[in-house]
Amino acid sequence: MYYFLQWLGPLAQAPVSTAGGAGPLAEAAARGTLATLGINLAYLVAAALFIFGLKMLSHPRTARRGNLLSALGMLIAIVVTLGDRAIVSYWTILAGAVVGAVVGAFLALRVRMTAMPQMVGMLNGFGGLASAVVALAEFIRVYLDPHRDPRLDTLVSIVLSALIGMVTFTGSLTAFGKLEGWKLRGKPLSNPLLLPAHHLVSVLLLLICIGLGVVVTRDYQAALWAVVVLYALAAVLGVLVVVPIGGADMPVVISLLNSYSGLAAMTTGFALDNYCLIISGSLVGASGIILTKIMCDAMNRSLLNVVAGGFGQELTAAGATAAAGKTVRQMDAEEAAMVLESAQKVFVIPGYGMAVAQAQHAVAELGSVLKQRGVELKYGVHPVAGRMPGHMNVLLAEANVPYEQLSDLELNSEMDQCDVALVIGANDVVNPDARRPGSPISGMPIFDVDKARTVMVCKRSLNPGFAGIENPLFFNENTVMLFGDAKKMITQIVAELKQR
Amino acid sequence: MIEIFTNNFVIFVLAMFVGFEVISKVPAILHTPLMSGSNAISGITIVGALVVAGLHRGVWSEVLGFLAVVFAMINVAGGYLVTDRMLAMFKRR
Repeated sequence: MYYFLQWLGPLAQAPVSTAGGAGPLAEAAARGTLATLGINLAYLVAAALFIFGLKMLSHPRTARRGNLLSALGMLIAIVVTLGDRAIVSYWTILAGAVVGAVVGAFLALRVRMTAMPQMVGMLNGFGGLASAVVALAEFIRVYLDPHRDPRLDTLVSIVLSALIGMVTFTGSLTAFGKLEGWKLRGKPLSNPLLLPAHHLVSVLLLLICIGLGVVVTRDYQAALWAVVVLYALAAVLGVLVVVPIGGADMPVVISLLNSYSGLAAMTTGFALDNYCLIISGSLVGASGIILTKIMCDAMNRSLLNVVAGGFGQELTAAGATAAAGKTVRQMDAEEAAMVLESAQKVFVIPGYGMAVAQAQHAVAELGSVLKQRGVELKYGVHPVAGRMPGHMNVLLAEANVPYEQLSDLELNSEMDQCDVALVIGANDVVNPDARRPGSPISGMPIFDVDKARTVMVCKRSLNPGFAGIENPLFFNENTVMLFGDAKKMITQIVAELKQR
Repeated sequence: MIEIFTNNFVIFVLAMFVGFEVISKVPAILHTPLMSGSNAISGITIVGALVVAGLHRGVWSEVLGFLAVVFAMINVAGGYLVTDRMLAMFKRR
């Protein structure tokens, strides 16, 4: 293997000091060149711009400029790196950059807003893969260079970067498949899929990966095979980790993978002694961890419970029979319009069903029609509504709903003054069973829509939501069901209201 | 030798603190742009990819470098553009 690689690339006996990525701090001290100092200072500027950019993202008014600032930081980091003395050939870079930029821009400009969870998931995956590939290249370079005696922490970082990067990549691909609605042998991939001894196998795989990592760090010259096997097993592990997690738990998965993509970049930074990578990767890692925690809290479940998966099986037999024998009140669009017409305060609670039906524009139109009639209107967006953090907010923003009208669980404090709570394609986030101990969703913060004067639930059927549990809300006396496709139903209600 | 690792580690810990401080204030309505925007930042790994691609040490560095630049660039370009597209939609009354 060693000779094979040597044959692939006769190693230039380049000065060792330029190796190891772009101008690390310690090399600056060793070489003391002005150029290295300049590169490092420029990296510092880039890192500062990332931090400012993220800070400006915390307000809708400044968010767009914040993103531009962050992009400027990236541009600076890229341009400065191109000036690194270790870079002698620009053709590969140019080709790769053009291909990557075209593909990235194409995806970003083409993607529908309803498909945004998949898009974000896939981008996470590419980030992780890039880090893993850089780590592999760094290993091969160390491996082929007889003059180089890599530090222990460099080897450990390469191993971690490979592991995290590959898990991020294949995990994101699996999440992409689930979100895109792919099927496996006729069954939707978005269902939780637990293989026999699933968790045991996953833990074993992780342990083997760590073992391989130890082999690599003990004697890297004899461990090229271990690195290859490590990449393969980490790829399998990524699939196994995500496959058992059901569709509605995707907000947690996406935030977690987001965090991993940052941590992969961070460990690559350790391997290359590049502090720009360390800082930026850590920022992203931290942001992903925070989001993951917010998502778990919003479901009142531990991260371990979510990652263990298996939650949200198909409709259970018990649930199906329990629904029988109870009656629900039903309304058509005309009656619903009549009720809405006389309401003064209306809360709209959207869920994943709104995204599936592409009903956001119809919902926004209903909102503006009601507003014109002097109705006080607010949208209640649950943190885990949809398939990624903030999913509903993006869709409503696309439909031109002003962000001042978007609220969260704070709406509960005004729920008793609400005339109509209109639930569109949401289920578990309005299930009063969450307040009852012993239910699978016990303790999950919900919208207390049952406290509103009238609850309208726009839904295709009485089927339970993702959690697979029946929703007693549907059978309440103050609940009316609007059965049908959300987009059609809301459009009809708007038409009725306009006639009046 | 250990000093370099110590330096790296100190930077890492401080950056995590900064990250937690800065991001914990992002409101729920901006969670998606935060995710895609921070995801674009994780494309910083392109810095490492560029060096690999520019080394010119043989076939392995060309191939891995090319792939790394492509993947990282998709992440960077896609991430920033899609974030900008989303943020452009958030409007006031």
